Amino acid sequence: METRYHSVVMDEEKCKGCTNCIKTCPTEAIRVRGGKAFILTERCIDCGECIRTCENHAKRAVADGLNALDKYEYRVALPAPSLYAQFKAERPGKIISSLHHLGFDEVYEVAYAAEFSTYAIKSYIEEYLKENKDERPPLISSSCPAVTRLIQVRFPSLIPNLAPIDPPYITAVKFFIKHKLLKLQIPREKVGIFFISPCPAKITDIKTSEEKLVDGAIPFNVIFGELKQYLKRNDLQTCPQKSTGVGIGWARAGGENVAVKLENAMSVDGIQNVVALLEEIEMGKLNDIDYVEAMACPQGCVGGALTVENPFVARVMIRKLADFYGDQLLPVAVKDISIELQKEDPFFFVHDKPIPAKPILQLDADLSTAIKKMGQLEEIVSKLPGIDCGACGSPTCRSLAEDIVQGKAQLTDCIIILREQLEDLAQKLLVLAQIRPPAMGWVAEKEEKNDT
Amino acid sequence: MNGARIVMEISVEGSNFPAAGEAASKVKKTLRQLGINSDLIRRVSIATYEAEMNIVIHAYRGKIILQVDEEEIRVIAEDIGKGIPDLNLAMMEGFSTASEKVREMGFGAGMGLPNIKKCTDELKIKTEINTGTTVLMSFNYAK
Repeated sequence: METRYHSVVMDEEKCKGCTNCIKTCPTEAIRVRGGKAFILTERCIDCGECIRTCENHAKRAVADGLNALDKYEYRVALPAPSLYAQFKAERPGKIISSLHHLGFDEVYEVAYAAEFSTYAIKSYIEEYLKENKDERPPLISSSCPAVTRLIQVRFPSLIPNLAPIDPPYITAVKFFIKHKLLKLQIPREKVGIFFISPCPAKITDIKTSEEKLVDGAIPFNVIFGELKQYLKRNDLQTCPQKSTGVGIGWARAGGENVAVKLENAMSVDGIQNVVALLEEIEMGKLNDIDYVEAMACPQGCVGGALTVENPFVARVMIRKLADFYGDQLLPVAVKDISIELQKEDPFFFVHDKPIPAKPILQLDADLSTAIKKMGQLEEIVSKLPGIDCGACGSPTCRSLAEDIVQGKAQLTDCIIILREQLEDLAQKLLVLAQIRPPAMGWVAEKEEKNDT
Repeated sequence: MNGARIVMEISVEGSNFPAAGEAASKVKKTLRQLGINSDLIRRVSIATYEAEMNIVIHAYRGKIILQVDEEEIRVIAEDIGKGIPDLNLAMMEGFSTASEKVREMGFGAGMGLPNIKKCTDELKIKTEINTGTTVLMSFNYAK
């Protein structure tokens, strides 16, 4: 089921129409019209790049606030691992405790769930490598929903490359439902499960999910202030922490690879870098690599658009936490539990729903119409200056040509063309101005008359 | 038959390694905008890339011509260069006449023509020593 829900939205009042965001969008999903930016919902993947780029803070994410907890009798928090890096030198145990103070009855660390995902991914890839001994394209991690959506929209041929393992927060929910929900004896509707999110992409994932495993998503920057207040208290207890450095490390780019420990794995972060890499994979140039960890945000989840701490500082925090809590060895208990779970249900960690392609880049669904439009597009491109200035409100001259062909813009939206047409008109006027009909006198005669 | 067709010509400069692959990239983007299915795009892109690389490695200059109509997709790689002395050898996997310098750069592994053959539905090669080579590749739409 296709929903047009997006967590990234525009605040029109703050938008100045500066056109900075249209150039950084990886799916060219923003246009400026009437002096304001607007997002093309079919193209938007909720990566949050525009939130990062906008200097006027006119882009933001809609999500749940703490008042969303009021509806539920029993509230569960699923903090993303990157939450632990937002508070300088605080231990995870204290942060978990603060979450309890905010009103959560239970905290399921997504960092702990990530350790199970680590096992699931490793065993899936080892199986895949055994069955495909010849040259094969790399598998791509499914842990970043923005990258998954980028692939659906812009690189649909790579959908088969996505490793079908649930991202850690889904595993965390499944654990809660399996181990705790029945024991609670509270009906599911009265239990509120909330993901504490560093980014809009995960929020959209949760809100558009068909299975509705998670009830809401609260961004870091919404609860940061309150959490900090609790952390300042001397009497704050330390809650038990189940995660080790293996799971906590997932919060930074490269962390998943450190955890999974594959020989031929690589990591890439930042949406533009991910785009460049996916182009290479599509061209068949990365067949020596077995697994790709691709994160849309710079430095990984710590660089999410809704985080508070500087991503570079947060990355250092994660590295220190990972060192302290040990990231070199997957805990034996995690491995044993995973094996048990897989015996019971081989699909416990697996995302088994097919991922649909959403190719929005095509000019038309009908080939011969697309061919005609392509011809018109190339003709228009040859008339345009090719400087991609963005003043027309489209990110590049090519995309303006596409908008014109689709009937959404016109040639004179290009200020260079407009200026050329005006120049042309002005020259014609000049020529006309210098032609005097026989009945009019010359300019010299007229001046003599004015002197006297 | 509806005469709708696209013809696109991209020039390729011999020995220009930094720019190598750009023609194939343009072809890929064009096919995506036409809504061609991804599997077909992959085959065309790989074949075009290899043909483009052959021009860059072995020829003085050339061009990649893309023709799309409702019947099929054709990519023609035409070059002015030294030509292929032994076509049968050239079609063998691993056989390469690329210079030492080119191989040091990581190119010229001898897989170009074999890879093209794997990706195309129909392949025709015309070559003349000291004049040049034309590689005609055809791809059919899935039924």
